[in-house]
Amino acid sequence: MPADLLFEIGCEEIPAKMLTRQLLDLPGFVEQRLAAARLEHKGVRALGTPRRLTVIVKQLADRQPDLNEEVVGPPVSAAFAPDGTLTKAGQGFAAKNGVAPESLAKKEVAGKKGQYVVAVRNVVGQDTRGLLPGMLSELAASITWPKSQRWGWSETTFVRPVQWLVALFGGEVVPLTWAGQTSSRISRGHRFLSPGPVEITSADAYIDALRAAHVVVDPEARKDLVRAELKRLESATGLRVRPDEPLVAEVIHLGEYPVGISGEFDPSFLEIPEEIIVTSMRTHQRYFAMEHPDGKLANRFATLMGTVVKDPLVVQQGNQKVIASRLSDGKFFVSEDRKKSFDAWNEKLDAVVFQAKLGDKAKTIGHKVRRIEKIATAVATFASLDPAGIDLVKQAARVCKADLASHAVGEFPELQGVMGRHYAKDFGYAPEIAAAIDEHWWPKGQGAALPITPAGAILALADRMDTIVGCFAVGLEPSGSADPFGLRRAAIGIWQILLSRPDWSTLWTPLFAATRDALSEHGVTVKDPTALETFFRARLRGIFTDQGIPAQDADAALAQDFRDPVDARARALACAKISKEAREVFKRVANILDDARAKKLTIGDKADVTKFVADVERTLHGAVVEAQSQEIEARGKRDYPRVFEQLEQLRPVVAAFFDKGGVMVMDPDPSLRDNRLALLNWFVQPYLSIADFRLLTGAA
Amino acid sequence: MYLQDLIFTLQKFWADRGCVVEQPVDVEVGAGTFHPATFLRVLGPEPWNAAFAQFCRRPGDGRYGENPNRAGGYYQFQVGLKPSPLHVQDLYLDSLRALGLDPAAHDIRFVEDDWESPTLGAWGLGWEVWCDGMEVTQFTYFQQAGGIDLMPVTAELTYGIERIAMYLQGVDNMYDLQWDKNVTYGQLRKPWEVEYSTYQFEELDAKIAFANFDTFEGECKRLLARAAGPLVLPAYEFAMKASHAFNCLDARGAISVTERQRFIGRVRGMAKACAETYVASRANLGFPLLPKHLQAQAVEAYRASSEAGVNASALAAARSVAAHALEITHAG
Repeated sequence: MPADLLFEIGCEEIPAKMLTRQLLDLPGFVEQRLAAARLEHKGVRALGTPRRLTVIVKQLADRQPDLNEEVVGPPVSAAFAPDGTLTKAGQGFAAKNGVAPESLAKKEVAGKKGQYVVAVRNVVGQDTRGLLPGMLSELAASITWPKSQRWGWSETTFVRPVQWLVALFGGEVVPLTWAGQTSSRISRGHRFLSPGPVEITSADAYIDALRAAHVVVDPEARKDLVRAELKRLESATGLRVRPDEPLVAEVIHLGEYPVGISGEFDPSFLEIPEEIIVTSMRTHQRYFAMEHPDGKLANRFATLMGTVVKDPLVVQQGNQKVIASRLSDGKFFVSEDRKKSFDAWNEKLDAVVFQAKLGDKAKTIGHKVRRIEKIATAVATFASLDPAGIDLVKQAARVCKADLASHAVGEFPELQGVMGRHYAKDFGYAPEIAAAIDEHWWPKGQGAALPITPAGAILALADRMDTIVGCFAVGLEPSGSADPFGLRRAAIGIWQILLSRPDWSTLWTPLFAATRDALSEHGVTVKDPTALETFFRARLRGIFTDQGIPAQDADAALAQDFRDPVDARARALACAKISKEAREVFKRVANILDDARAKKLTIGDKADVTKFVADVERTLHGAVVEAQSQEIEARGKRDYPRVFEQLEQLRPVVAAFFDKGGVMVMDPDPSLRDNRLALLNWFVQPYLSIADFRLLTGAA
Repeated sequence: MYLQDLIFTLQKFWADRGCVVEQPVDVEVGAGTFHPATFLRVLGPEPWNAAFAQFCRRPGDGRYGENPNRAGGYYQFQVGLKPSPLHVQDLYLDSLRALGLDPAAHDIRFVEDDWESPTLGAWGLGWEVWCDGMEVTQFTYFQQAGGIDLMPVTAELTYGIERIAMYLQGVDNMYDLQWDKNVTYGQLRKPWEVEYSTYQFEELDAKIAFANFDTFEGECKRLLARAAGPLVLPAYEFAMKASHAFNCLDARGAISVTERQRFIGRVRGMAKACAETYVASRANLGFPLLPKHLQAQAVEAYRASSEAGVNASALAAARSVAAHALEITHAG
């Protein structure tokens, strides 16, 4: 009878992030191994806490099915010698499949010529009970971790030392020894609250047995508990816990029995920039920030203990002491920082390496800042900023990285830009400059906010383009899934910013040119821009397809040009307007022209109306002239769907050109032929420049 | 609990569990890990259990005695247990109880914190132990030292004794700690902090420190390459001194970002060479801390794979006696 399998690996405290990952990966991993062992089941579930990793397999079959299979071997001619005896190859095949040589059959095999040797394997399914000890040891040994260790004299490696094993199939112990531990039905309870052994009778009883021993083994249940505890603290304090899902995901793995506790800090610390307080509490202490109903930060925090203590006030006071000293540090950093200046920090940045491979004339952050200033100034001019606006960009560029040398950012790197904004205000810079310093790091991730101010956006473009072009120039382009310098993310950021500002959609070209110039002044030259263009094109394609544009439409539009992303998107979207029939007709036109080019024929770009001999030629010419005059306005507005509507109306005329009663383009008379090619070329080129029909197939 | 009682308690606790109570090394170090009782003893197959307080110097952390939590000189209490006992976490928690930090009254947690020392070519996995949100101990299973894979593995516990004492005494400033009933930590330590911060940040002559570094490195290399056989213990002392010279230069701001990596590499080079020579010297001595009946086979296994390098030989020596793990002294 099928029965549930329980396998628990007891362990010293597993790092929270690794546990999160493992709980996601483990069920699939176990399913694969069960499938390979031909064992059926009704689902695999992974549970765990910092001190245990557990798999439960529901209704695992109690034996493998018998196996009757035919294995096709070498051709008969290779397996048997002319005298009818088995060759080496034939003997090898029989041995490999564990069948007697005389049992080999000869058969025709579908899809192959001649006769082949066939072995019939009858494997009797084995008892699951007999298979499990080996399977579970191998499973445990095959679990991979980002980092693992040895302990004592062990040869085994695991994320942390293994302390016990529980393995039960249908309530019976599966006997196995791994990592120096022998399996039993004895698990352990909470390290402090129920330190004794916990007997597990069956997989069904597991969760409750542990719960009685102060272990909440189901991560989802722990998450619910954490939320409930945070709620409790909210109502006890009248404050709100600032939402922080990544922190919730981490704290559920910092203990087996989460209990909420809240504490306060001296309100005078609220004078420090809020981000410092929140980041310090979060990264150093895993505290949740709390806020008043109006959203203002409160001088309180919420956190989770891993146990129940005699007097929570003791723990609260301990935590308060720790955060007070952390915040004193933060206050010290900020007050020290405020005594400095952006100029002083910029000097330090001259000694901080941004990218060593760029060479001595280009490698420091100081160098980068000077390039950003040049690039941003050029781009600001192209973006038609007024002189005051351009000057603002220049000034912001000079100080955009200064805060990297501050104490506060040294302590909390994730506050780069944020602290720059605060310090810019303290140092008396214009609010626009303060905003630009912060915003030049935006967007900070997928779906994150884009720069709001023009100066911030221009610096963001310049900084990213400098990084991308510089890295490509010295051979640090991304390869495969490896993108250590985040160049793909940077390029996506550039496109997102340009797409969000239709007035700036043509800025890519001057941005790229200004960046190449600035880098080349620093001795870094881009020999061949093709790889960069391909890279940028691919990122834009990704954005388009993420937005639901069919891949072939994106390709058709981007094949013509990618530098203006707003225009490219409009062209890609317009492809949807071209009917299936129209695609066929215009692809045909494009193909005729391609063939002619392949034959090295010279194709004019204007037909000679006096050379028309057939009505269809005159009709087509007239219709195209009419369409073009209709389209002028639509093209001016980049209203490509309307352009394609005109094209759609041309379709019958073009079809008639080729249909019965039409003309033969490749006329034996070279003069007629060339004129017809010129007519088609003249007509189709303007549409091809919108989207390359040759890449479009099938229905719109 | 006075700070000195805290040291006494930990010494007694670990002595009762089989540790040698060593004394601090008399060479400047940045952490207890540099003590030969840790860095050298973790190498090779021999067991070793030791506990000691170590004065540590971090020139860059000097604050002229004005920061309540940070100083250029402070104490660590370090315990090394080799091989790491399976119940080392329980032993450790008992030591907290001995200090009056009862897990029934405090929130004790083991929070991931992997350890790496680029200058020692060493790394390990483990945790920082939190007591009510405060880091009180660094708990590390050493995996590699001086570039050599460690077998058996040592568990290293490093107690931040000022912090623990501040917690136990309820003071917010380390200089207010009572060392004993009459003398405060400030009375003992503050003048040194003031003068050393001044020296490190204002008076230290970088030229001299650079020259010192070169001299120490030269001596370390010379002693390891000595024709009549290496003198690894003095050589390692010079490696420690070079490492401190580097820390001083770094704190003084005399080393540029690019140079910094190079200096770290030079210290690591010394540490690595010392580690390899040390294992070889222990093999020559016959791995004397192993039980007598296991020494010969360990030496033989070491020699048998000597062509594959010290790392492979050290592992081979350990593996040759691993089956007798129970006969080998361990703490607990």
